[in-house]
Amino acid sequence: MSNSVLAAIIAEHAGREGPLLPILHDVQAEFGCVSPEAEAQIAAALNLSRAEVHGVVSFYHDYTPTAEGRPVVQVCRAEACKARGVESLMPSAMAAAGDRVKLHTVYCLGLCATGPNARVGDRLHSRLDAPALAKIIENA
Amino acid sequence: MMLIKISDDALARALGADELAEAFAAKGHEVHRTSSWGMQWLEPLVEIDGKGFGPATLGDVDAILNGSSDKAIGVIEQHPFIAGQTRFTFARAGKTRPTSLADYHATGGWQGLMRARQIGPEQIIAEVLESGLRGRGGAGFPTGIKWKTVAGAVADQKYIVCNADEGDSATFADRMVMEGDPFQLIEGMAIAGEAVGATRGYIYVRSEYPDAIRKLNEALVQCADIIAPFVCEVRMGAGAYVCGEETSLLNSLEGKRGEVRAKPPLPALEGLFGKPTVVNNVLSLAAVPHILAEGGSAAYAQQGMGRSKGTMPIQLAGNIKHGGLYEVAFGVTLGELVNVIGGGTASGRPVKAVQVGGPLGAYLHPDQFDIVFDYEAYTAADALIGHGGITVFDDTADMGSMARFAMEFCAAESCGKCTPCRIGSTRGVELIDRIRAGGRKRDVIELAPQMQNTVKDQGRSVAEEVALLTDLCETMKFGSLCALGGFTPYPVMSALKHWPEDFAPEARAVLEAAE
Ligand SMILES: Cc1cc2nc3c(=O)[nH]c(=O)nc-3n(C[C@H](O)[C@H](O)[C@H](O)COP(=O)(O)O)c2cc1C
Ligand code: SF4
Ligand code: FES
Repeated sequence: MSNSVLAAIIAEHAGREGPLLPILHDVQAEFGCVSPEAEAQIAAALNLSRAEVHGVVSFYHDYTPTAEGRPVVQVCRAEACKARGVESLMPSAMAAAGDRVKLHTVYCLGLCATGPNARVGDRLHSRLDAPALAKIIENA
Repeated sequence: MMLIKISDDALARALGADELAEAFAAKGHEVHRTSSWGMQWLEPLVEIDGKGFGPATLGDVDAILNGSSDKAIGVIEQHPFIAGQTRFTFARAGKTRPTSLADYHATGGWQGLMRARQIGPEQIIAEVLESGLRGRGGAGFPTGIKWKTVAGAVADQKYIVCNADEGDSATFADRMVMEGDPFQLIEGMAIAGEAVGATRGYIYVRSEYPDAIRKLNEALVQCADIIAPFVCEVRMGAGAYVCGEETSLLNSLEGKRGEVRAKPPLPALEGLFGKPTVVNNVLSLAAVPHILAEGGSAAYAQQGMGRSKGTMPIQLAGNIKHGGLYEVAFGVTLGELVNVIGGGTASGRPVKAVQVGGPLGAYLHPDQFDIVFDYEAYTAADALIGHGGITVFDDTADMGSMARFAMEFCAAESCGKCTPCRIGSTRGVELIDRIRAGGRKRDVIELAPQMQNTVKDQGRSVAEEVALLTDLCETMKFGSLCALGGFTPYPVMSALKHWPEDFAPEARAVLEAAE
């Protein structure tokens, strides 16, 4: 069974050079995941095997096989943010997140002189201390 | 009514610049959202009549307006952090509105491209060669030579690909160019297209940079007619660090897994979709309009030292007091960057270690602070300049855990193509854990009576584990296809060499005995 929203996304990009990643980005944004059914439909439309599409989906961190129901807070834990103490914020951040919020580790948001840093959706937060990070998590 | 300038750079926005701009506008003032000066410890920085106030909060608005604010830093251009720089690539930083075509025109924009069209491909390449420009993405390969190869290739289609994957921790210069001066990057790509005969360009931007993607797209719409027949498009990465490696990036653009390709063939001859392709870093391409302007290549080549010509936008990050973007000629010492320009640590504690060149760069000890910023000098010290990121750590840093993180990062981001990197990184994490645990005891299976040949009362000592880690690092260094697996040993071994006690109390004695 094919999905018409998905078909529209595929049609929008099909004429481009290298259409697969742009399609997958839109699918992930629309459905919160790239499901096995979506992989099959994309594969059929682009004349690829399902294995090829699955190989691509599973390679990249941005695509997930199932949707995350919880709000997601990305926290940078790369070197420059470690140097600015992000690790010491993690215990209280985890406590604030509990089971309600998903804390997702990322490596570098490009704000490396003013960390620790977090991202919720397209909104960035910088110069965080424990209370500020906890507040972002509570509001997520 | 006053004219207030506040940056719309992602970093300033993450620190409340939007709210601040609204507050000034609500009081009836005209607010221009400009690019960032790069003094990030002062963001959000408010500029009125050339004078700066920062880091500003909503509570500072009234005091800034009536002249009584204690956040005043004086005339921005005279601030030592700005006055000490030689800004070519960041000449417009802090001064123009990023997506204003009028601002770009008024500040010398498109002159490089216009001149390039007059002088033609051979002369463009000659001037890029003359400037001495080397790739700013990490490997430092001469840009002019790369262009010459692509120019000489015969094909029905060639491509210019801009590597804007900027995955290294401590780097943000690419982001600042894309957000702060997007036309300059586009102009650089159009000049590259002119030089090699390419009519299509792609900018591959990491998905962590939504602001950069938005601004590049805004800019591209506005300048489509100016760069025509060159056509340029933004593509978003999908969260894989390794896609910054040029062949992995090309696979990703083609819609494949971001696995690294073996070289040869060089991307210059068989790149995107098998066609001759220039892959250049954002900073390499953004330096080109200046170089192609009248007298630009000579001015560029005059800066720098040895075979490292021109300027490098250095990024001061981590635990540093004055963090931000510092564009300066090659040749500056690390000590000056960290202690003088950077003002030491933000925490006020002593500097313990400095990582130069991102996650694959070595950790340098303050004893090495006289090393000068130069590709060859760093290579000679078993270190690398990479993309010019500098991360400062104070004396609370645990270098054993940083070494472990280097291996962990390699394991998380490995493309999986070759064994030393894919498996070695995981074994490396385990080894460092065992060293930190004081060696290794026999495990349950080895202790089972069925394992007749295992000596039961013996484990492995720290000395043996250190020898194994050293051996593993050698294997990764020489047996990996790309620098992810090949350079991860640098942070690991430099941390072990300089701070062995952060691994195990007896590690220093072990290292000395091994020498
Ligand atoms: C693991 C890995 C990651 C890399 N990441 C980047 C990157 O984010 N940006 C970049 O420009 N170059 C990166 N490079 C270097 C590129 O492979 C390539 O050398 C560069 O894009 C060439 O452009 P340049 O000559 O202008 O430096 C990376 C290399 C490796 C091995
Ligand atoms: S070194 Fe690692 S990232 Fe590079 S090609 Fe080999 S497996 Fe891939
Ligand atoms: S290291 Fe955390 S934002 Fe760059």
